[in-house]
Amino acid sequence: MSKSGDILTIDRRRFVQGLAGLGASAAVGLRSAPALAVTGPAEPSSLRGNRFKLSLDRITVNKTGLPSWANAINGSVPGPILHWKEGDVVTLDVTNNLPVTTGVHWHGIILPNPMDGVPGLEFPGIQPGETFTYRFPVIQSGTYWYHSHMGYQEQKGAYGVLIIEPAGEPMIRADRDYPIVLSDWMDGDPLVVANNVKQNPDYYNYRRRTLGTFISDAKQSGLSATINERLSWGEMRMDPSGLAEPTGALYTYLINGAPPAANWTALFKLGERVRLRFINASAITYYDIRIPGLTMEVVHVHGNDVRPVQVDELRIGVAETYDVIVEPKENRAYTIFAQDYERSGYARGTLAPRAGMVAAIPDMDPRPMRSMADMGMHMMPKEVGASKPDGTRIGGIMGMMAKTVPTAERVGEQPMHPNTPDNPAISVEVQSNAKMVSDRLGLPGDGLNLLNRRVLTLAELRSIHPGVDPRPPGREILLHLTGNMNRFIWGFDGKKYSEVGPIDVKLGERFRLRFINDTMMSHPIHLHGMWMELENGGGEHRPYLHTINVKPAEDVSLLVTPLATGQWPLHCHVLYHFEAGMFRTLRVLPA
Amino acid sequence: MLLGLASVTAAAQTVRTGLSPDISDTGTSLYPKPIPNNSILDFGVPALSRVGGTGLSSNTLNGAAPYGSPIEDTRIYFHGVLNQFEGRVGNGSYLRWDSEVWAGDDYNRIWLKSEGRYNSDNKGKVSDGDQEALYDRPISRYFDVQAGIRYDLDSGPGRTWAALGIEGLALDFWKVQATVYASDNGHYALRTNANYDLYVTQKLVLQPQIETNWYSKQDRGRGVGAGLSDIDMGLRLRYEFTRKFAPYVGVAYQRFFGGTEGLTHEQGGRVNDLRFVFGIRLWY
Ligand SMILES: [Cu+2]
Repeated sequence: MSKSGDILTIDRRRFVQGLAGLGASAAVGLRSAPALAVTGPAEPSSLRGNRFKLSLDRITVNKTGLPSWANAINGSVPGPILHWKEGDVVTLDVTNNLPVTTGVHWHGIILPNPMDGVPGLEFPGIQPGETFTYRFPVIQSGTYWYHSHMGYQEQKGAYGVLIIEPAGEPMIRADRDYPIVLSDWMDGDPLVVANNVKQNPDYYNYRRRTLGTFISDAKQSGLSATINERLSWGEMRMDPSGLAEPTGALYTYLINGAPPAANWTALFKLGERVRLRFINASAITYYDIRIPGLTMEVVHVHGNDVRPVQVDELRIGVAETYDVIVEPKENRAYTIFAQDYERSGYARGTLAPRAGMVAAIPDMDPRPMRSMADMGMHMMPKEVGASKPDGTRIGGIMGMMAKTVPTAERVGEQPMHPNTPDNPAISVEVQSNAKMVSDRLGLPGDGLNLLNRRVLTLAELRSIHPGVDPRPPGREILLHLTGNMNRFIWGFDGKKYSEVGPIDVKLGERFRLRFINDTMMSHPIHLHGMWMELENGGGEHRPYLHTINVKPAEDVSLLVTPLATGQWPLHCHVLYHFEAGMFRTLRVLPA
Repeated sequence: MLLGLASVTAAAQTVRTGLSPDISDTGTSLYPKPIPNNSILDFGVPALSRVGGTGLSSNTLNGAAPYGSPIEDTRIYFHGVLNQFEGRVGNGSYLRWDSEVWAGDDYNRIWLKSEGRYNSDNKGKVSDGDQEALYDRPISRYFDVQAGIRYDLDSGPGRTWAALGIEGLALDFWKVQATVYASDNGHYALRTNANYDLYVTQKLVLQPQIETNWYSKQDRGRGVGAGLSDIDMGLRLRYEFTRKFAPYVGVAYQRFFGGTEGLTHEQGGRVNDLRFVFGIRLWY
């Protein structure tokens, strides 16, 4: 941990880094066939076939140096890696040994509504002691995951990898194949966390602006500019340093269930093509993933093959999956480094020719701050805050950016346009409207805009195959992402889930889903049971997504064709946001 | 890969024969059906008809949440906050507290507030005792309105008041509060409070705070005169070992005015009182 500020005492370091030796056994790839990372007592098992038995149990785990309870699936956190085959009908008997109701959701899977696993909405849930049988045909392939969709169970370990082999020949060839699940582990009870942020929305922000940062900003940018800037945030009662809540002050970040100190390792042989399937199973954490020394070729996104894109780094939002191919050219260890978006901690693993090898762990990058552009304020591009690799100015100071960030360095920002359509009224649940919104798909995101690395953007994604439904949308459904950070209330169009009914669409209808983010947080919006095709300038090669990360002040649109009737959740996948109300249902009625 | 590939028709055959009654009971559905790659979804095909079974499907189209609710966005929260629990030392030391407890959801909350001072040097008399029970409702993005009753409970004669106030975040995160009170015998009062948390470091917080009290009429029994009766201000430096546990040191200054000043003189109190304080801030 570097630049960690004053919260990281020795104990804290141990907590963030976790236990050494936990699950440290290297994953051993098989020789010929693509091998999957398994084995080792702490590692999840791998299950194949078309009939599965899963059980959720309350067990004790030790991820941080202290024992804590977990919601394990088949006895491990993460749960077992499930392998399905496209074209099969799968049957899953899920036994609930937890003291509370549960429901397992198959994230990104197209299936009948009652099989989707959302208690309360799609089925009654699986009661304690009960077994529920899921049964449905598998009509897709690729990298997915599954997780409990009840309360805060997912935060305490109820998630696992789902890999579906294609019915025909796979498009992607690799010699080794490793799923890499990223998650944010916490000891203790997530309900206490929810309660804490309700009382104090900055509870876990230990990087807030202080008298010290005021003085350093004033030295750098001048006193009056600094005062003006502080006043404009103060007027909004917002803190640009609050990017995510909770942060690494609470979390230990895991790769395949292993904390950084345990150094989960994947093996390769020189010259091999290694497929890494990154899955973000975190409750709230976004990660920026890189493997210093290696170029990652992004080949498969959200379960769908995409035209390969070569990158140095990629940001993975909550609930997203990205598969990359790497080809190590040297016989040495490489660090798989996934720093959280807040730069308050990281998950770490190693890619190496032999078990036990390590490579240097890079320093975390400067921490981004929100800018006035994120607030949807009308600004000249040069005034937009952004982070600099040297850390001298990490965003946030309006008007001062011209000195430190030449316009030419800024990439991909599209012209802004006024946010007029149906702005939700300022209210208890709507803290702000973004006055100017823009297409920000070409930006990699805060903190990554100005680093000297190739970072994946959503604008670059192209599906391999043209979309299956070429019809133009018949109508547009616009949703504003809204919230009040101080009250920790989140919703759409200024309403919590419990205050409004479902949005009705028809089976087979072609419509456009448009999101405008009025908050200063990024929200990964997930739609169950159907695909969202991102309108990113790719013509008919729009990428098919199950989750769309919507940046602050972003205006993004997607095309959707509902494939089955029922009430399908549409929600932010940040657990604490959706439990606080950022949840809707899309009711698909018979045509 | 996207929605199945070439073999999907074969897969769909498996699918149809493999369906048991409980899973085909999925409501009207386009699914499962072959979705050939690179072709248009055939929406002209009649949708699968519903068959009898568990009845799950029919419910999933009815109502916002047929089996309860998928989330708990109306959850009840509970917090107890002891803002000040401090000794004020000097000539005639005393202990002062200022606390509040609330419980409720996002819109409906019950607040209990309590403040007062325990005068160890003055025969253990409790003064400035002020207890309130309020209903709180958010009215705007930063402000709540609170209404209820206040009862002055201490060693002096009790008084009952109706209370109506607002509390919230003013510019630059100043926490402010203003409440008007009406007593059963025609007295009115006003109290204002404001404080601000200045983070010196991530855990060291300097908090300026100021409270004022105003009364419409004199009340000799409680030692208050008409007009501005007193100002109580403090500057406290706390160290947040955790957010919920923060000891502090500081100074507090209290000053009485007008009629209250006179009555305080009469009763042998000091009208101008600067003290060193040490205490603890806690919340749950
Ligand atoms: Cu969100």
